[in-house]
Amino acid sequence: MKYKSQKVAYWFFGLCMLLFTLQIVYGFIMGFARIGWDGLHDIIPFNTARAVHTNLLVVWLLTGFMGAAYYIIPEEAQRELINVKLAYVQLISLAVVGVVAIVGYHFNHWEGRKFLEIPRELDYLVVVNVLLFLGLILGTLYKAKRRTTTALVLTMGLVFAALLYLPGMIWFDSQVTDSFFRWWVVHLWVEGVWELIMGGILSYLLIKLTGVDREVIEKWLYVIVGLTFLSGLLGTGHHYYYIGVNKIWLVVGGIFSALEPLAFLAMALFAVYMYRKGEKSHPNKIALFWTVGASIVSFIGAGLLGFAHTLPQTNIYTHGTLVTAMHGHYAFWGAYAMIVLAIISYALPNLTGRKRYDKTTGHMAFWFSNIGILGMTVAFGVAGVAQVYMERKMKMEFMKVQDEISIHFVVLLLCATLFTTGIVMYIVEFIKYGKASDEGLQPATVNE
Amino acid sequence: MLSKSQARTFFLGGTVVTFLAFIGLTVYSFQPSNDQTNHSKISSEVVRGKELWETNNCMGCHTILGEGGYYAPELTKVIDRRGEAYVKAVLQSPIPWGPNGRKMVKYQMNDADTKAMIEYFKWIGQIDLNGFDRVVSPLSKEKK
Ligand code: HEM
Ligand code: HEM
Ligand SMILES: [Fe+2]
Repeated sequence: MKYKSQKVAYWFFGLCMLLFTLQIVYGFIMGFARIGWDGLHDIIPFNTARAVHTNLLVVWLLTGFMGAAYYIIPEEAQRELINVKLAYVQLISLAVVGVVAIVGYHFNHWEGRKFLEIPRELDYLVVVNVLLFLGLILGTLYKAKRRTTTALVLTMGLVFAALLYLPGMIWFDSQVTDSFFRWWVVHLWVEGVWELIMGGILSYLLIKLTGVDREVIEKWLYVIVGLTFLSGLLGTGHHYYYIGVNKIWLVVGGIFSALEPLAFLAMALFAVYMYRKGEKSHPNKIALFWTVGASIVSFIGAGLLGFAHTLPQTNIYTHGTLVTAMHGHYAFWGAYAMIVLAIISYALPNLTGRKRYDKTTGHMAFWFSNIGILGMTVAFGVAGVAQVYMERKMKMEFMKVQDEISIHFVVLLLCATLFTTGIVMYIVEFIKYGKASDEGLQPATVNE
Repeated sequence: MLSKSQARTFFLGGTVVTFLAFIGLTVYSFQPSNDQTNHSKISSEVVRGKELWETNNCMGCHTILGEGGYYAPELTKVIDRRGEAYVKAVLQSPIPWGPNGRKMVKYQMNDADTKAMIEYFKWIGQIDLNGFDRVVSPLSKEKK
């Protein structure tokens, strides 16, 4: 850590850990409901659990991105944040809005639109909060001593993510139009602007961890985000095949979404290549595992498993089945959860001044969580393929099929337990590091 | 080899071109002549139905047009499959509906809301889904 104001990132990361824990709890509630243990149905029905699970996911990832920005931007800009107090105000208001939304879901107060369940009046507060955040980041960059490509790409991702939230706030009478613009938020986030955020964090981490020349890394960053938009914008069409809009999307969506894995492939090759080219002398091996791991697992989860059902000929059978849930879990994990855990692992020793990065617990956290979620992905996948076959090929009834596949949810829950063990270890390490303090301060060197 | 400024041009150029194409295709899709949804048939009851669909987060368990949770049946063709009377019974049930063990939330909707929900499902059921309707709704096709 080189600037005192970077410490605010610590509290964002702490909030991440808390929200992530809650997300997992609600995941278990759903998993148990699926094997018939639905004792909580009257208080937390499945739709409540689902809205909480997915919204907490999105909120903790965004919290992580914000923490990452507060950590990275001062170093890249070579100056303190313009206003640290406001950054804390932003953190607290974010937590409050999040908690109010989540509590509301337990009282049937929401907007039942998948992933955008936050009711409209709270949407406005989200907008204010994000504007405050962007104001602080952009203000810092405006007064910066230098403006790097890494900082630029990261910030561009954050600004676009904020702008894209707006189409999701418009009311439409038609379910079809509603759904069409809902994807402008959901798809263009995860397969568009969030990849810029991921790319920015990845590039920062690779510069720090491998010692490879910034110019080389940032050149490839442009190529990666170029591939992202080139394929991802028109790739939105893969959600428009079967929702009641023109057939042209079958062609456009099919072709461009099939190209989307290229950006993730480029990211994986980029990270592995820079790692091999680099000096391998950085002591924080755990951060390196999470960083390179994120680039590889995102290629598998988003790239390969996304490709598996993105052609219209396949998607007509898999659309809206557990096959989608299989892909959703591994893609979110690899791309976004892992990159947030990577930046936290990298930042913690610097924020706290304690060098615990060779602890076995940290390595075990990495392997347990990764093996656990891989198992979960396989369980969802087997259940999904079986569901598609029985329901859509053999035309069996929905609930009959659900009974047939419930055994895979037992497997899911077992793997989820392993996964959770890993995450608990990660959080234990987080706590053991202790709070951020000025002990971690290291004077800035000139040529970084 | 590729320079950094060439890489930046690739990024900016690709983004602008595909963005414009995306906007163009969006406008094209919403031309009235390309409508596949009987947009003019969206009555105030259908709109009310959509409102109920959203305020109760039905999508948290069911899919519609293939979008939503995977816990409960796809509802795109539900009127075709089950008929109006069945749907009414589900929505007005005084105990959580669940003939196969898995429970739905008990809504006890009044007659007006139930009617609106049914009108909404009827409108959804008539959308031209580029062939997905046949895959998602086996029972309705077998009846014919
Ligand atoms: C990190 C990147 C990605 C994340 C986090 C992600 C996540 C998700 C999630 C959560 C869904 C479910 C959406 C819903 O039904 O509401 C979904 C759907 C889908 N994704 Fe991805 N995805 C990513 C990248 C990709 C890529 C690169 C491809 C294609 C190559 C792809 C192909 C698809 C397809 C075809 C669907 C629709 C499934 C259906 O019809 O039910 N995804 N994705
Ligand atoms: C203990 C761990 C977890 C369990 C047991 C679990 C279980 C579930 C279940 C049962 C669903 C609902 C599927 C349905 O509608 O029937 C779900 C949805 C979802 N979960 Fe998890 N989950 C866990 C962890 C995670 C993690 C770590 C992530 C992200 C990194 C995640 C991301 C998602 C997403 C994106 C969806 C929506 C998928 C879609 O609609 O296609 N979950 N989860
Ligand atoms: Fe997508």
